[in-house]
Amino acid sequence: MPKLTVNGIEVETPPGATVLQACQMAGVEVPHFCFHERLAIAGNCRMCLVEQEKASKPVASCAMPAADGMVIHTDSDKAKKARKGVMEFLLINHPLDCPICDQGGECDLQDQAMAYGFDRGRFEENKRAVKDKELGPLVKTSMNRCIHCTRCIRFATEIAGVEEMGATGRGESMEIGTYVEKALTSELSGNLVDVCPVGALTSKPFAFVARPWEMKKIESVDALDAVGSNIRIDARGSQVLRVLPRLNEDINEEWISDKTRFAIDGLSRRRLDRPFIRKDGKLVEVSWQDALETVASMMKRIPGERMAAVAGDLVDVEAMYALKALMGSFGSGNIDCRPVGVALDPSVRAGYLFNTTIAGIEQADACLLVGTNPRYEAALVNARIRKRYLKTGFKVAAVGPKLDATFPVEQLGEGPEAIDRWTETLKAAKNPMVIIGQGALARPDGAAILARVRKLAEETGMIREDWNGFNVLHTAAAQVGGLDLGFVPGKGGRDTAAILKGCEAGEIELVYLLGADEIDTSRLGKAFVVYQGHHGDAGAKRADVILPGAAYTEKDAIYVNTEGRPQLARRAVFPPGDAREDWKILRALSDMAGKKLPFDSLPQLRKQIVEAHPVIGAVDAVTPAAWGNFGKEGPVDPAAFVYPIEDFYRTDAIGRASPTMAECAAVKAGVAPGTPMGGKTGTHG
Amino acid sequence: MSEAVEGLPFEQPASFAFTPEYLAKAQAQIAKYPEGRQASAVLPLLDLAQRQNDNWLPRAAMDHVAHLLGMAPIRVYEVATFYTMFNLRPVGQHLFQICTTTPCWLRGSDQVVEACRKKLGVGIGQTTPDGKFSLMEVECLGACVNAPIIQVNDDFYEDLDGPSTEALIDALSRGEKPPMGSVKGRQTSAPEHAQKTLLEVPERSAPGTQAGAGDRNAE
Repeated sequence: MPKLTVNGIEVETPPGATVLQACQMAGVEVPHFCFHERLAIAGNCRMCLVEQEKASKPVASCAMPAADGMVIHTDSDKAKKARKGVMEFLLINHPLDCPICDQGGECDLQDQAMAYGFDRGRFEENKRAVKDKELGPLVKTSMNRCIHCTRCIRFATEIAGVEEMGATGRGESMEIGTYVEKALTSELSGNLVDVCPVGALTSKPFAFVARPWEMKKIESVDALDAVGSNIRIDARGSQVLRVLPRLNEDINEEWISDKTRFAIDGLSRRRLDRPFIRKDGKLVEVSWQDALETVASMMKRIPGERMAAVAGDLVDVEAMYALKALMGSFGSGNIDCRPVGVALDPSVRAGYLFNTTIAGIEQADACLLVGTNPRYEAALVNARIRKRYLKTGFKVAAVGPKLDATFPVEQLGEGPEAIDRWTETLKAAKNPMVIIGQGALARPDGAAILARVRKLAEETGMIREDWNGFNVLHTAAAQVGGLDLGFVPGKGGRDTAAILKGCEAGEIELVYLLGADEIDTSRLGKAFVVYQGHHGDAGAKRADVILPGAAYTEKDAIYVNTEGRPQLARRAVFPPGDAREDWKILRALSDMAGKKLPFDSLPQLRKQIVEAHPVIGAVDAVTPAAWGNFGKEGPVDPAAFVYPIEDFYRTDAIGRASPTMAECAAVKAGVAPGTPMGGKTGTHG
Repeated sequence: MSEAVEGLPFEQPASFAFTPEYLAKAQAQIAKYPEGRQASAVLPLLDLAQRQNDNWLPRAAMDHVAHLLGMAPIRVYEVATFYTMFNLRPVGQHLFQICTTTPCWLRGSDQVVEACRKKLGVGIGQTTPDGKFSLMEVECLGACVNAPIIQVNDDFYEDLDGPSTEALIDALSRGEKPPMGSVKGRQTSAPEHAQKTLLEVPERSAPGTQAGAGDRNAE
């Protein structure tokens, strides 16, 4: 434990810490550009120079290991002069275009130039000019502004796991880029915008949209995958303008996936902002009163067992609870929150959670993937596996079609027969883990596969007092919440498949789709379809009545992530037009249908939810789940697994409505080359 | 910098592969490094690729080297663009790398450059229309004692001046290959005319005695 003195304050650092970290521990901020605590140390910007007593020159604190007895000065004349010199050099080639730069107002260089910059330049020669690079539809480049900190290169190489960025040329001609023009093939590329300390890499969809100080910032969680990334929503007026990651070491660290960040332009497109009723085959705008009365009268008329409800992927806990209560009050047990029919049931909580937790991956030493491609299903879980791999050479094997992973994977086989081929390795590992995905569960023999993987977990020592290596990776934000609430068929009730069959046979007369776009709507037969949701997607297309709801950025709501961690999403903007928060719609409907639900406000509703389901009350925490017997042993179909997500960018109604996501998908599919400069140019206009 | 020589129209070839002869050489290089450190062979392999491909390095060749060494292509691009010795576009049959750093300049590299310009009709960074000669200005080639120097492909021509540069170009145009080294005929970097030092064998005093040291001081 080295002890050193920083500006007269004595600090003790953990072994291996750097002088910069020691300074931070002493509460002294040291300016820096290239240093990033989650990336390898480069030591090339020289902004973090400090004075070290008995050293002849100022030292780069980010790259200098803290040693016992060091005396560091960060505010001495020597240190300040050194930084001023560095800043002057950085500004030699940096354009003075802050007024038209998107980084303005949140730019490290701008901020630090306030402290260390000189009010005029002494450099009489021409600034160097660098051609802008094309990195795809998400990241806009303005390479004149680049200060060569190499954070983007290190991010792409280390975190994203796509070795595609580099520094070519040397000296004055050094350029950052991909050399061969191409879009980055990472699901995390948006984070480049955050790691870039200047305006060289900025968000293309957000280009020239708003200044950071004009926006209202709301801390929330993401609902576009089951990771539950912590986000900050920046909104102005009625529009969500951008999404940024919020630090949460347990979940997303400080990264978010490109879908989380960029699908938000889908929030203002194809929205359901008025209630509709289908009249003579055409959807007609109506008032809330008419719409709710229509549904209520149908519900009153149809017996409970001839009604059914399906909840979709983006639905919050409150809405599902309200719908479950409403269906229950009509005596209907035909409810399901598993629109694609995954073989999970709420009986044993450990049987449907990511029990190891995402942060827990860093303790594991062997990982078996069964029917899951975490890169597309949960990009940040994938990043965590890669992090673990980089640290220890973590062994990963996969059962399923060949993975395009960002770490080495041993392919065991394509179908369920390969599940047991890695038993010895798992047994030999100290903390083995298995991740079973929707590709293995969403098939008729899913329950049997689940039972087999449970047995494998038990046999290979994954289930212990201090370790639970059994994990289910969900793809939908609503799934765990729905299972926690028991939004599954009651006694004698129908699941999604049976509901669809019932519709076709005419046994189900009313189907309530709560944001459920994932089902095969062509199989709804002649049933009266109520669609409550926020986007005009598959469900709304078939609906007889549309009740416009709120998207995840427009309501205070609870989402439970794949680890079983309940988190609060907060309203950033109001729902558009006449749309309302989902629980309110259900509450109003219940009143009209004569089965008034027993809550009048969100706190009351939440209190009831927590009373009935205490795990949901433990917000932001993971409640360890007890092990039990789950799955159903039976015959297994040897067919190969099919990964649930083919198109990473368009997995839900919001992504499908987003032009940015459409562009990303087209670039990925090789259909579009990526629009050069995204139509808008920086310094050119 | 690495694309210093212009003039020849070119297209990036779609593919590149080592010929069996070059592949054997490449494998000999790779074998020099321990398992897991094959990427260390990137420089010699790029050099081999350039030699196989008329003294320039197409992108396909970099990709091929990356593939052979199990590296990400960008890591190879970084190396190839860093070193000025890799030509990323075609160069003339005779690539003139003229040193103009201080010692060569003091010894008259300006006349050498001027002679090239006059004789070939192209400037630094250009290639003659017939594709025979490319001119490139480089920093110190490390043979200052025989300044000024031109490196023509792999060979050094030293002790040049205007007329001898023109003669060199003439000889190369005729398809001859003048002997490399000093054009004045001196042996490596030996004194230009007669030997000037070590002309006599100094008298050796007994090792370790004060007298010996004293003698040297007295001189």
